[in-house]
Amino acid sequence: MATEFHNLQELRHSASLATKVFIQRDYSEGTVCRFQTKFPSELDSRIERTLLEDTVKTLNTYYAEAEKMGGQSYMEGCLACATAYIIFLCMETHYEKVLKKISGYIQEQNEKIYAPRGLLLTDPIERGMRVMEVSVFEDRGSSGSSLSSSATSGGSAQR
Amino acid sequence: MHLGLDEPVRECQYNQICTRNSSPMETLSHKKKRTPRRKWQIFPGRNRFYCNGRVMMARQTGVFYLTLVLIMVTSGLFFAFDCPFLASNLTPAIPVIGGVLFLFVLGMLLRASFSDPGVLPRATPDEAADLERQMDAANGSSGPGYRPPPRIREVVINGQTVKLKYCFTCKIFRPPRASHCSLCDNCVERFDHHCPWVGNCVGKRNYRFFYLFILSLSFLTIFIFAFVITHVILRSNRSGFLNALKDSPASVLEVVVCFFSVWSIVGLSGFHTYLISSNQTTNEDIKGSWSTKRAKNNYNPYSYGNVLTNCCAALCGPLHPSLIDRRGFIQPDTPQPLSHSNGSGLYPSTQNHTHMAAATPLLHSDPVMMGRAGPPPSGKTSLGGPCSSLAPSQPSLPSSMPGLGCAGDMLTLRDPDAHCHHHHFVSPEEMPSPLGPSSLVLPFAAHGGHLNPAQLYDPASQDSLHEDSVRGLVKLSSV
Repeated sequence: MATEFHNLQELRHSASLATKVFIQRDYSEGTVCRFQTKFPSELDSRIERTLLEDTVKTLNTYYAEAEKMGGQSYMEGCLACATAYIIFLCMETHYEKVLKKISGYIQEQNEKIYAPRGLLLTDPIERGMRVMEVSVFEDRGSSGSSLSSSATSGGSAQR
Repeated sequence: MHLGLDEPVRECQYNQICTRNSSPMETLSHKKKRTPRRKWQIFPGRNRFYCNGRVMMARQTGVFYLTLVLIMVTSGLFFAFDCPFLASNLTPAIPVIGGVLFLFVLGMLLRASFSDPGVLPRATPDEAADLERQMDAANGSSGPGYRPPPRIREVVINGQTVKLKYCFTCKIFRPPRASHCSLCDNCVERFDHHCPWVGNCVGKRNYRFFYLFILSLSFLTIFIFAFVITHVILRSNRSGFLNALKDSPASVLEVVVCFFSVWSIVGLSGFHTYLISSNQTTNEDIKGSWSTKRAKNNYNPYSYGNVLTNCCAALCGPLHPSLIDRRGFIQPDTPQPLSHSNGSGLYPSTQNHTHMAAATPLLHSDPVMMGRAGPPPSGKTSLGGPCSSLAPSQPSLPSSMPGLGCAGDMLTLRDPDAHCHHHHFVSPEEMPSPLGPSSLVLPFAAHGGHLNPAQLYDPASQDSLHEDSVRGLVKLSSV
């Protein structure tokens, strides 16, 4: 039942998308970017709770670092204002640097943890930072009974 | 030639075939004929893009050109007629400072006008379906006690309960402080207001540019005003007042323009300084979201407590990247966000808006789009008017809003799609009749006088919408 997907490419070609699970934003701390650490029940059978929660918590700390308002961001802001924001033609903002780190982290997590379990995390920036999309794949040709219910519900929703 | 004539026709046919069938061979041959498209070309909002997606503005840009012309003409006259005299008789620092100020004003104006204000991309079909499912489940489940309607989610931020509303156009639950601009047809994060003078919405990403623009423009206006008066006085001392005016006629024009601008611009700067120091948006201030008049223990949960931190956060905080990736290329396998005409057809939704009632997935050419108003208003006539006209027709406006230049910024009242963030009436989400919201429009805001809900779609964009919606259908069926 636990099919081995050796890499992400193979995942895409050999598996079919069963459903997508969305981890929503957590606005309890205001407008800062945070995702809910509540474990979605649809993934119960696919991945251990702690793994996904750790990933989300790490991402939350990355986003907090990107949006942190401290000495460095003030310096950057003042410098940018003094140069009439022309400096951003040459330089990347702190936020963009952290976003690059995040996408590297997500790629790494996908390769190590999620792809072997038939899951794929999508970088939230590709969904406008609204949700973290977890695509659940099932192997073509094998009908996993544990997935049939989620596949059915996924299919009916898409109709 | 014969071939040349047929070529565009054939191109059209290929377009239609491609989107309906999406068989790999035809897609491939189709791709060879077309250059890859960028995402801004299929952007569902009502924005205009220039320079291949680098520049993003609202649809009505007439007033923006007026702003540009006013600033450049007045400054140009100042530099041409007054500066030579002032430089030689007083100090050459005057034109230098004036020049620096002018360039800064222009830079901030262009930056505020051309950048993405913080538009939230619309939900992909999968996300929208997931949310619909959750809302249907919430609708169905029964429970005792108070339960907010499924279109509203409540979240507690810093001890204050904030309601997150569901946006029917974008199919998302709006983050706190976000609002849907009906002029641009986008949800914008930390929405402040839609500014016709700047030709764009003012939101999270360009608020600091807007603020620096009006602040520096206040300084520039006062600067020009003061030095033109100085110039005239110095000349009058030498050769009499009338001769002075004859020698520099431009000064009169500059004084008049500056005199009338100073009040509104300085007032607007003061108002926004207050907003920044209390970390509120124009939208929140007008609605009185955090005023103690609403509830005794009402307070602003976003404020950092002291003025300095609030100012630093607004002006020197991190610059968020744009979420809409205007210049990215459209990948054939990425899910495209739904335009709202599309959404109605694809999901047999439980929403009882008539514009959602078209259950047939095959999109005929007549999507009833609530979000699109009929004729686009001409920017100059309806928006450029003096703000005092706003006051009598809006008795429910709180007194904290000065009847100054900022009110000339669009308080959008025409809002058929229940996204009006500026009006104080019952939220049309609770009265789901399609004509209900349009009947709430105040007469003075009737752009061009007619608001015909039936005359809804813009034929010019119909084709792209059609293509979008069919593409969305194809994407769904392939998943």
